[in-house]
Amino acid sequence: MMNARTFVGCSASTGTRSLARTKFVGCSASTDGSNAHVCSEISVSSPSAKSADARAPLVQVRGLYVQFGRQKVLRNIRLDVPKGQTLALIGESGCGKTVLLKSIIGLVHPTAGQVLFDGVDLSHMSDKELTRQRIRFGFLFQQAALFDSMNVAQNVSFPLRQHTHKTPEEIHEIVLSRLAEVGLPESVLTKKPAELSGGMRKRVGLARALALDPEIMLYDEPTTGLDPIMSDVINELIVRTRKRYLVTSIVVTHDMNTARKVGDRAVMLYPLVRLSADEPQIIFDSVPTELADCSDRRVSQFVNGEAGERLMEMREAAETSGLWSARSRL
Amino acid sequence: MSTGSENAFANRHERLAGFPIAVGSWAIDFWDMLITWITALGDIVVFGGRTMSWLVSRLPQRETILPNFYQIGVLSLPVVALTGTFIGMVLAVQSYSQFRVVNLETRLGAIINMSLVRELGPVLAATMLAGRVGSAMAAELGTMRVTEQIDALSSMGANPIQYLVVPRFLGCLVLIPTLTIMADFMGVVGGWFYSVYRLGIDNHHYWENSQKFVGAFDLFGGVFKSLFFGAAIALISCHRGFHCDPGAEGVGRAAYSAFVNSFVVILMLDLTLGIALDSLYLYLWPQGASFI
Repeated sequence: MMNARTFVGCSASTGTRSLARTKFVGCSASTDGSNAHVCSEISVSSPSAKSADARAPLVQVRGLYVQFGRQKVLRNIRLDVPKGQTLALIGESGCGKTVLLKSIIGLVHPTAGQVLFDGVDLSHMSDKELTRQRIRFGFLFQQAALFDSMNVAQNVSFPLRQHTHKTPEEIHEIVLSRLAEVGLPESVLTKKPAELSGGMRKRVGLARALALDPEIMLYDEPTTGLDPIMSDVINELIVRTRKRYLVTSIVVTHDMNTARKVGDRAVMLYPLVRLSADEPQIIFDSVPTELADCSDRRVSQFVNGEAGERLMEMREAAETSGLWSARSRL
Repeated sequence: MSTGSENAFANRHERLAGFPIAVGSWAIDFWDMLITWITALGDIVVFGGRTMSWLVSRLPQRETILPNFYQIGVLSLPVVALTGTFIGMVLAVQSYSQFRVVNLETRLGAIINMSLVRELGPVLAATMLAGRVGSAMAAELGTMRVTEQIDALSSMGANPIQYLVVPRFLGCLVLIPTLTIMADFMGVVGGWFYSVYRLGIDNHHYWENSQKFVGAFDLFGGVFKSLFFGAAIALISCHRGFHCDPGAEGVGRAAYSAFVNSFVVILMLDLTLGIALDSLYLYLWPQGASFI
């Protein structure tokens, strides 16, 4: 599936991609020790996982279009994410990264096209079936999205209380171990989200997302708004989470450090408003190390963080729209 | 002078030329508004259907029901009781002078208590609930929507309608009858107190007339209507919260539109159910008691 993908404006080597792919599949099929135990637990919790081919991509995005009112956000997106892969989804603000991430978990309904998770289309499911499938996901939101009315312990234990029949003692134990994994002491258990710093909130959010041993982790701009050290702490946690739980991960970010550090593969989206009708929206799809050498001007501009002519373009666009609105008023 | 009159002519000419454009623009705006209203109506019907589906398939957990019941029922009781008392007294004040002219002061109990149990009690309790609880629910859920907490619920396999809407819906549905009865009771007490102790109406005749004209069906009708009001308040307020626009302004708009929409729907339901109950009453008791 990966070899069939078109690479736009990049000199990505096929050999490297093939090697990388072999590594991902090898990871997901690994049967040694505790990792295999985690995998078998997951497959027991989801009947469809048994039936699906183990080598098939876990997430398949097929011709996805998303439009809100008259605003087109995603156009004909095709993307496969194999099991065990960590995909860094990069692109400038407003290009549709988060919308794509939310489409994968079924929080945003596609205008056209399909998103298949483990071979199943989430957009045509009943509420109850969707609920069952979502237990297999872990989602770290941009602002962590902790429940204000609950303390840290209640937040982290929420999925366990909802979906398992564990005793309060067992739940408490799991909560403590998840918090320890993300480097938070027992003293935060009784604190409300408002009392925590941004980095702590993100880590509590990660502990909550990991509570049910998900098969796939979705991270929405995990390092946005954090200081450089805390950003790297979160990056480390993403890498460790992948190693420990063998999860497939999709990380939406515009932080190049994050993309390089955590990603096995980087995919770059470009805003539709800046594209002509026949240009693909995915402008880069390869290993992150090749981002720096990409010949596409749009990719190198993003990677190097260069404004270029952008400010001039924005001012011209603003002036043109001002003239139009003045004319329409007349 | 001539320049001025030329300008005036030119302006008038422009205004005339702009008139069809203005009408067209107004028609487009009206059409857009109509489409928005129809979409919103369809959306709220689907929202209500999904709430009912979760309500019958799986009851919410105790930990989500109790705080909502406390918020909706217990904390609303004082304000409903207080407004009920005052409205009873106001009714006595307003009706007394009219009834006194025709020497029917003793019938004051009948008109006060009839108005209260049939109309004012249920509508007042519902209005207070929409104002106190409905807008708070819309603001709370709206904030949860804006801060992605509702998405977080979904992503963890908890259905937001089952987790957030059903407990609030149940709370409003189950507790609004008790709030209505409380408003009725305090209104009756307030009206009686003012009539007997302030206006000097005979206590015995006041109650005798009340008993003669206010029946169990009137009380039942009021409480029955309140069930619809409670359901409407919960659904409209939760729907507004779920579809809140981003930002502080969006949350504010969700809160006030929850109250305004609920209040309009309460009055529309009151009229419709009033007509239906009146027809039922006449059907069951064709020689219904006349007031005078």
